[in-house]
Amino acid sequence: MSTTSSAFVRGSFIESRRPPRTSVGVIGWARANLFSSLPNSILTLVAAAFIVWALTPLVRFTIIDAVWSGEDRAVCAKATGACWAYVKAYLPQFIYGRYPIDQRWRVDIVYALLALALVPMLIPRAPLKRLNAAFLLFAYPLIAFVLLTGGHIGFRGGWLPAWIVAPSPLRFFAEYALVAMVLLLVVGLLARIAGHPVAGSGRAAGIVLGAIGLLLLVVAADFGLEPVETSNWGGLLVTLVVAVTGMVASLPLGVLLALGRRSSMPIIRLASVIFIEVWRGVPLITVLFMASVMLPLFLPDGVTFDKLLRALIGVALFNAAYMAETIRGGLQAIPRGQYEAGMAVGLGYWQRMRLIVLPQALRLVIPGIVGSFISLFKDTTLVSIIGLFDFLGQIQASANDAKWASPVTGVTGYVFAATVFWAFCFAMSRYAAYTERRLNRGRRR
Amino acid sequence: MSDVAIAVEAAAKPRALSPTETAVELIDVNKWYGDFHVLRDINLKVMKGERIVVAGPSGSGKSTMIRCINRLEEHQTGKIIVDGTELTNDLRRIDVVRREVGMVFQHFNLFPHLTILENCTLAPIHVRKMPKREAEDVAMHYLKRVKIPEQAAKYPGQLSGGQQQRVAIARSLCMNPRVMLFDEPTSALDPEMIKEVLDVMVGLAMEGMTMICVTHEMGFARQVADRVVFMDGGQIVEQNDPVSFFENPQHERTKLFLSQILS
Ligand SMILES: Nc1ncnc2c1ncn2[C@@H]1O[C@H](COP(=O)(O)OP(=O)(O)OP(=O)(O)O)[C@@H](O)[C@H]1O
Ligand SMILES: [Mg+2]
Repeated sequence: MSTTSSAFVRGSFIESRRPPRTSVGVIGWARANLFSSLPNSILTLVAAAFIVWALTPLVRFTIIDAVWSGEDRAVCAKATGACWAYVKAYLPQFIYGRYPIDQRWRVDIVYALLALALVPMLIPRAPLKRLNAAFLLFAYPLIAFVLLTGGHIGFRGGWLPAWIVAPSPLRFFAEYALVAMVLLLVVGLLARIAGHPVAGSGRAAGIVLGAIGLLLLVVAADFGLEPVETSNWGGLLVTLVVAVTGMVASLPLGVLLALGRRSSMPIIRLASVIFIEVWRGVPLITVLFMASVMLPLFLPDGVTFDKLLRALIGVALFNAAYMAETIRGGLQAIPRGQYEAGMAVGLGYWQRMRLIVLPQALRLVIPGIVGSFISLFKDTTLVSIIGLFDFLGQIQASANDAKWASPVTGVTGYVFAATVFWAFCFAMSRYAAYTERRLNRGRRR
Repeated sequence: MSDVAIAVEAAAKPRALSPTETAVELIDVNKWYGDFHVLRDINLKVMKGERIVVAGPSGSGKSTMIRCINRLEEHQTGKIIVDGTELTNDLRRIDVVRREVGMVFQHFNLFPHLTILENCTLAPIHVRKMPKREAEDVAMHYLKRVKIPEQAAKYPGQLSGGQQQRVAIARSLCMNPRVMLFDEPTSALDPEMIKEVLDVMVGLAMEGMTMICVTHEMGFARQVADRVVFMDGGQIVEQNDPVSFFENPQHERTKLFLSQILS
């Protein structure tokens, strides 16, 4: 080791000095952003005063004056703040509705599975995305359905004469097999006429029909679960069932409708346009009323149709129409050259859509899709007008309970409902913003 | 333009060919856009290994003609036969033809959401059902050939125009096409990038690829074309070997066009 000693090199470090107070830290920041000029300072003070004025009563109501524990209305009768004791007492009902208490573990499994499958799906770096998505889209709804309803649906079949097979699940599945075969023949014939490869179309149709058959078998099977009527479902359970089903169903349906509306086949285009415009022209409340009041009038006697299921179908189709228009906007933004490049390398229509057009189009309309999801989530509250108890409906119903009735019970319930809805919607919105930023990085044209 | 011409001419002349088999044949092809008659009685026969340059003023139907060859546009009368397959409404035939015909566009048309490598492997995997590994090997082979293997993991938006166009060429080559169509592949490029793309095209021509190029690069035409086809008003006005075409044009319209483009 050699040491150099030069007179002009300092022997020791100078003690570092603190940065000037005025440019860093909280004060520096405030000076630069809030008090940079006189008008700015005035605005800052006015805004601060407004925030304090608006927030103080809220904080007083929800925290300072709130009642946190107690057994019944007595603790809240004189309260000037929120009655959280009531929310605490009713929380199980808000979450499960009137789902039988000894069966609530089934709902818990459904909630837990959703969280377990959704979280890795939302983390970009988590592995096995395809498997995860397949589970969420196909296996999970089936599992949730069987767990929540108990499964074991007693299919009886409809039109095969009773002297061949008595009404039974067997008759139903025999009928299904017949219908499936006829459909396969029709698909094969159509493919032949249109000049598509028959084997390919046949295989695709076979897979779809087989999957539907399998699905019907699973819901018909007896897993030994006690059946729970949907009229006993309520609270967050109904809200999530309606919202998740609406989202999961409306996205693929919307994609198909949007593609249909841009199809070169006039019949498909016309059908898509009519569907979209009819559903968009009707308010959701009307749809729900139609589903709950009118539909039974059209159905033959003896055919019952679960009320929740009707609402689900209504919500899904209604949102599919909106989704279709959102997605169509994205499709329109994809230049013709992309379609042509896909054709030129020999990709078929569905391959072009799946591999080239949709990934780009959907990415463009993420904000629109999330907007639709958020309004769908909030619109689930409308199902309460047809007598289903969603989260808000359940809270409203409980506020009238004599055991807890007090001047603040209702307000507390609404504050709680608003907070929960806000949390869900805000999470969706933030996640969408994050996704958008992530996808935009480095992929600009 | 003249720089490029000199640079291109410096390379060796392609080998002489002995045409035996037809690659592409257009017989009395007509096409209308509504009332507008875009293609009028087009007759063109391209042999395997032949290199055709199509030239002509804007709006003369050059793009329309070559887009009919892989059915990006439909013709109304006449016959188009590509590698023994006649193009009709039968989707199977269209698929067969598109698999065998590569196309390079003026505006590259790369898939912006996929990496360069994915752009190249997409069609082999989904159309040719090639295993992913093999498709990637093939893609890297062609990316090396167009001299940008190091960009494989990037997205198209991160590449220059010339690089993007070379990727587009590699993407087509990955399908191992029998015929390559080029629609003004250099006209959206800055002058300094034209040469790198033309070099790749000259290389392809040397290897005996059947090529039909719409281009205004007359240096390229002189150097590699076996035949120059001149179109105007939806018709093929004149076709000839490049020397005769440039030195001794037969028609007034050809002379006028050449005087404009070479000035
Ligand atoms: N989709 C279309 N509908 C109607 N007319 C069209 C369409 N596409 C092209 N045309 C017309 O057909 C004619 C030929 O077009 P084409 O693109 O083949 O010309 P081009 O020779 O390639 O010209 P350029 O050198 O400008 O590319 C033009 O007059 C154009 O306006
Ligand atoms: Mg053109």
